[in-house]
Amino acid sequence: MFRVVKRTDLTKRQSVSFRLIAILGALLTTGIFIFFLGFNPLQVYMSMLDGSFGSMYRFREAIIQAIPLIVTSLGISVAFRMKFWNIGAEGQIIMGAFAASYFALYWSNLPIWVLLPLMFGASMIAGGIWALIPAFFKAKFGTNETLFTLMMNYIALKLIVYVQYGPWKDPKALGAGKIALFTDNAALPEVFGIHIGWIIAIAVVVLVYIFINKTKRGYEIQVIGESENTARYAGMNVKKIILSSLLLSGALCGMAGMFQVSGVNHTLNYQVANGVGFTAIITTWLAGLSAPVIVIVCFLFAVLQQGGTFIQTAFSIHASVAQLIQGMILFFVLGSEFFIQYRLMRNQKIDSTNKKEAA
Amino acid sequence: MDFISVLTFVLTGAVTAGTPLLFATLGEIITEKVGQLNLGVEGMMLMGAVIGFSTAISTGNPILGILAGMIAGGCGALIFAFLTITLRANQIVSGLSLTIFGTGFSSFVGQSMVGKSLSDSIRNSFKPIKIPLLGDIPVLGDALFNQNILVYLGYVVAIILGIYLYKTRIGLNIRTVGENTGAADTAGINVSIYKYVHILIGGALAGLGGAYMSMVTVPSWQDGVTGGRGWIAVALVIFVTWNPYKALIGSYFFGGLSILGLYLQSHVPIPQSIFDMLPYLATIIVLIMISLKKSKENCAPKALGEPYFREER
Amino acid sequence: MNNEVYIKIENLTKTFGPVVANNNVCLEVNKGEIHALLGENGSGKSTLMNMLSGIYTPDSGAIYIKGKQVSFKTPKDSMSIGIGMIHQHFRLVEVLTAKENIIAGQKGKFFVGSKKLSQKIREISEKYGLVVDPDKKIYNMSVGEKQTVEILKVIYRGAQILILDEPTAVLTPQESESLFKILRKMKQSGCSIIIITHKLNEVMEISDKITVLRKGETVGTVNKEDTNASELTNLMVGRAVDLSINRIERKNNKAILNIENLTVLDDEKVKSLDNVSFKLATGEILGVAGVAGSGQKELCEAIAGLYPVTSGKIEYKEENIVGKNPRDIIKMGISMSFIPEDRLGMGLVASMGMVDNMILKEYQNQKGIFIEKLSAKKLSQKLINKLEINTPGVYHPVRQLSGGNIQKVLLGREIESNPHLLITAYPVRGLDINASYTIYDLLNEQKAKGVGILYIGEDLDVLIELCDRIMVICNGKIMGIVEANKVNKEQLGLMMAGQDISTVMGVGA
Repeated sequence: MFRVVKRTDLTKRQSVSFRLIAILGALLTTGIFIFFLGFNPLQVYMSMLDGSFGSMYRFREAIIQAIPLIVTSLGISVAFRMKFWNIGAEGQIIMGAFAASYFALYWSNLPIWVLLPLMFGASMIAGGIWALIPAFFKAKFGTNETLFTLMMNYIALKLIVYVQYGPWKDPKALGAGKIALFTDNAALPEVFGIHIGWIIAIAVVVLVYIFINKTKRGYEIQVIGESENTARYAGMNVKKIILSSLLLSGALCGMAGMFQVSGVNHTLNYQVANGVGFTAIITTWLAGLSAPVIVIVCFLFAVLQQGGTFIQTAFSIHASVAQLIQGMILFFVLGSEFFIQYRLMRNQKIDSTNKKEAA
Repeated sequence: MDFISVLTFVLTGAVTAGTPLLFATLGEIITEKVGQLNLGVEGMMLMGAVIGFSTAISTGNPILGILAGMIAGGCGALIFAFLTITLRANQIVSGLSLTIFGTGFSSFVGQSMVGKSLSDSIRNSFKPIKIPLLGDIPVLGDALFNQNILVYLGYVVAIILGIYLYKTRIGLNIRTVGENTGAADTAGINVSIYKYVHILIGGALAGLGGAYMSMVTVPSWQDGVTGGRGWIAVALVIFVTWNPYKALIGSYFFGGLSILGLYLQSHVPIPQSIFDMLPYLATIIVLIMISLKKSKENCAPKALGEPYFREER
Repeated sequence: MNNEVYIKIENLTKTFGPVVANNNVCLEVNKGEIHALLGENGSGKSTLMNMLSGIYTPDSGAIYIKGKQVSFKTPKDSMSIGIGMIHQHFRLVEVLTAKENIIAGQKGKFFVGSKKLSQKIREISEKYGLVVDPDKKIYNMSVGEKQTVEILKVIYRGAQILILDEPTAVLTPQESESLFKILRKMKQSGCSIIIITHKLNEVMEISDKITVLRKGETVGTVNKEDTNASELTNLMVGRAVDLSINRIERKNNKAILNIENLTVLDDEKVKSLDNVSFKLATGEILGVAGVAGSGQKELCEAIAGLYPVTSGKIEYKEENIVGKNPRDIIKMGISMSFIPEDRLGMGLVASMGMVDNMILKEYQNQKGIFIEKLSAKKLSQKLINKLEINTPGVYHPVRQLSGGNIQKVLLGREIESNPHLLITAYPVRGLDINASYTIYDLLNEQKAKGVGILYIGEDLDVLIELCDRIMVICNGKIMGIVEANKVNKEQLGLMMAGQDISTVMGVGA
C-alpha cells in the first residue's frame, strides 16, 4: 500500500508545470469528447482562440469580459488571503451595480465628470457594505461566512428583480420588465474602443499588489490568514482588520458592478453579474491569490468563454461546451494540487529501519 | 375563491413545489453530516434532470428515467468525492467546479431536447394518487395525501433518513465522523468509506430532485430547469439545522413561499421577488441564531468542510 | 496479584531522524498490576506508550502481550489485542451522549438505542464503579465524567490493559480519588494498568511497581514498597552534570517586574495560576521549573496581555499592566517568546521567510502605511551570521528550517527588539549542545545589559547553572523560590512534584 507524505521540496517552476500538465490533460480529455461528437478537436480549439484573437473587435470583447472578472478576483483575493471565504462576490457586484444605477437614473442631470465619480464611489460603498454585514457577524459571533455571504447573493439578486419589474421599470417599455437605458453622461468613456474600466482595472491590479505586499495592512492580512493567534501575539487588532479588509473586498466587487452597468450594458438588469462572482472565486484560487497571475488567469477564462460563444456559430457546437471545458480544466487542476502537495511513498516493512523526519 | 380553497390550493402547491427541494436538501444533509460541504448541488440536480428526462424519452419508462437521474447525480457526486477525499482538494472550489460542469453538461445534453415533452403515458404515472381515507381529510388531506408518487417517496425518504441517522449504528458513526473525525478514526470507523458512500447517496438524492423537476414540474425540457433550487437546498440544510424531519417542514415551507407569492401578487402589493428573498433571509437569521446561542445541538457538524488526514508522524 | 506477565517490552528502540526517543527500553507488567511510568519531559514516556498503542512503529525490539509477540500497524490492531489508551486530550464527540460515544465504531446490532446496550454499559459501570449517566451529553459533563466515559469506552471494547497518560492532570483531588478507586477495582479483576505521571505522591499511593525513564532509556524498575519519593526523584533527574555554563554576576537589584497574587482561570474555570507572587530584578535571570502544564504558558501569556487575568497585579516598572492590550505591552519593552512543542505555534509565521518574520512586531513602529523591509533584511543577515542559522535564504519559508534554527530565528528577533523584560520559554528545546550554548551566551549578554529575564525551561541542570534564582511552579502554584547556587536537582524535582519548599529545603528556606 502507499503512504502519503507531504512534499517540501517543490520549486515554483515545478508546481507551475504540474498545473500546466493538468490543463493539457483537461484539454486532451475534452478533445476526445469533441472528437466523438464528430468534430476535429484541434479545429475547435483553434476556432475558440479565433473567437478572441481573430479580429480587433473580438479581442476587445474578450478584454471587456475579462475586466469585471479581474477586478472581482482581486477583491476576492483580499478576503481569501485572510482565509475569509467570501462567496458573496456575486451579490457585491450586484449591489455595486444597483448603487451606481440609482445615481444614473435619478441624478442624470449632473454633468458626467460629477456623475461618473459619484456612481463609482457609490458602487464601491454599496459593495463594501454588502461584504461588511457578514464580516461583522463573523468577527463578533463567529457566524459561518461561507454560507452567510452565499445567502447575501440571492437577496441582492431578488432586490434587482424587484426594482427591475417594479419601481424602476421603464414606463416606455410597455409591460416588459426593463429598466431604461442610461443617459450618455452615465456611460463610461472609451479608450481604444473599450470602456475605461480597463485602465482602472490595471490600476487596481497594481494597487492591490502594492497593498498586499508593501503596506502594513497587507502584511497584517497575510499574518492573520496564516494564524489568528500569531496575529494577536504580534499585537494586531484582528477584528478591525477583518472588517476593513472585507470592506475593501466588497468595494472592489462593487466596482465591477459599476463597470457592467456603466460601461457595457448602459442599464441595469438582474443578470448584471452573470455568474462573474462565482467564476472569480475559481480564477482567484487557480491564480494562487497572486494579483499579476489573476490577470492572466482571468483573461484566459474570458478567452475560453468568448470562444465558447464563437464556436456556437462556427461549428454549431453548443455554447455549453465551453462550460464543460471549464469544468474539466477545474477538475484536472484541482486534482493536480494533490501531486504538488504530496508524494506517494511505498510502505516499508515494519522490521526495517523507518526513519521519519524529526518532529 | 374562499379561504379554505385558497389554503388547500397553497398547501397542495407547497408540497408539490417543495418535493424537489426536499430531495436535494436531504441529500446535502447526509453529505454535510459526514463532514463534507458540497456546493455542487445545483450541478448534480441539473445532471439528474437532463439524464432523467432523456432516459425517459428514449426508453418510455418513467422508472428508468428516475433511476437514471439518480445515477447521474451520483456520478457528479463521485467526482466531488474523489477530488476532496482522495485528492484532498479544497471542498468549496471543487463543489463550485461541479456546479459549472453540471450546468454545462445539462445544457449540452439537453440542447436537442428543448421544447420536447414526455409522452402522455409517462406523465400519467405522475398524476396525483389519492390515498383512501387519509385523502378525505379536509385541506390537509388534499395537500398531503392526494399527491403524485414521488411526493410520497419524499415522505418515506425523509423518515427513513431520520431513522437511519439517529437510530442506527451507521447513523451514529456518520455523526461521529462529521463531528470529530479524529475520534471516529481512533474508534476504528473507516472515515473514507463513510464519506464516499454518503456523498454518493447525497448526489443520488440531488439527481432525484432534478429529475423530478424535469419530468414532473415542467411541461417540456428547458435549459436550467432547476432554476437555482440547488442553492436554495444549500440554504435549507442550514435552515432546518441538518435535521431530516425538519427538512420535510422546511422544504414545503420554502415551496409554499413561492406559491404564496404567485397567488398574492394579484391581491397584495408585495411582489414575487420580495417573497423570493424570504427563504434566504430566513436562512441568514438561522445562521446568526446558531452562532449566537452556541447551542451545541443545532450547530453545523463540527468538522464540516475540514479535510481529514491521519498524518504520519 | 498474579505472576503472569501481560506486557513485556524488550529492547524497544525508536528514532526520529537524529533524535533517539527510546533506546533499548525494557518494561514488564504483570496481570493485575498497576505500573507507573515516571520521567521528565522528553524522557521518552509518550513515545513508548504510543508504540504500545499502535500510533508509532518501533525501529527494533519486541513487544509481547500475554506471551505472544505482536506488532501493531494501526491503533486498531492494538485495540483488538485488548490495549486501551486514554489520552490526555479526550477523543470524544461533544454533541453525542456517553453511550453513543462508547459504542461508536463498534460492530453490533443495526439499531442502537436498545436496552441491551445500556444494560451492558451499566454492568461495566457497576463492576468498576465508573459512575456516569449513559444518556448524558458530553458537553454537559465535567472533566472527571468525560474521563470516565473514555475509560468505559476502552473497557467496552474489551481492554484488559489500560494505559493512562497523565490522568490526574485535569482532575480535582476528589476526582483523582475516585479514579484511584476505579483503578484498584480494575486491578482486582485482573486488568493491567500503566499510568504515566509526574506526581510522586500519587505514584506512591496507587502503583505497585515503578519504572523510571531518563533521556530515552530505562533507568530502573522498583517495587513501591522498596522506594520513596527521594530515591525516585534521584532516578528521574540523575546526578548533576557540569555544563560549564557561565553564570555572570548579578548587578543591580531593582525590581522590574512585580507580580502579586496573580490568579488566572482557564475555559473550564480551573485555576491555571493560583495566587502567584514573585519579583524579577533587572540584570537577573529568574528560572521557572515545573512539569509541563503547570501554568508556565498561562504565566507568559498573562504578562504579555494575551490571557485574561482574573485577579491580582502585574506591575512592570511600577505600573500595573493588567488589562492593557498586547500591542501596548510590546511597546513598553516586554518581549515574550514561547516555543511550544510544535515550535511554529505562535511566534512565527510558518509560510513566511526570515525577513517577514523579523518585522512581525516591529512593523507597527514604522511610520506611514508602507512597510520597509530593507533593515529587516540586514538584520536577518546579521542574525544568520551571529547565531549560525542554517537557512537556504532570508526569504525561504521558516517552516522548512530545522527545529533548532527556527528557535534561533525567534529568539534572535526578540532580543533584537531591545526589550527590558525578556520572557523566554523552552528556548533550547531540542537544540544540540552548540546551539544551546549560543542561546545561553545571548541571554547572558542581555543580562549584562540589565535586561530582566524570565527563563522557563525543562533541563534542571541548565536552570541551576544559568539562572540566579529558580522558581518552582506546580499546578499553578509557586512551590518555592530558591537561589540557584543553593539548590540541587533532587530538591527541585521534589518541589516540582508538589512538595512544599520547607519540607524539601529544611528549616530556614
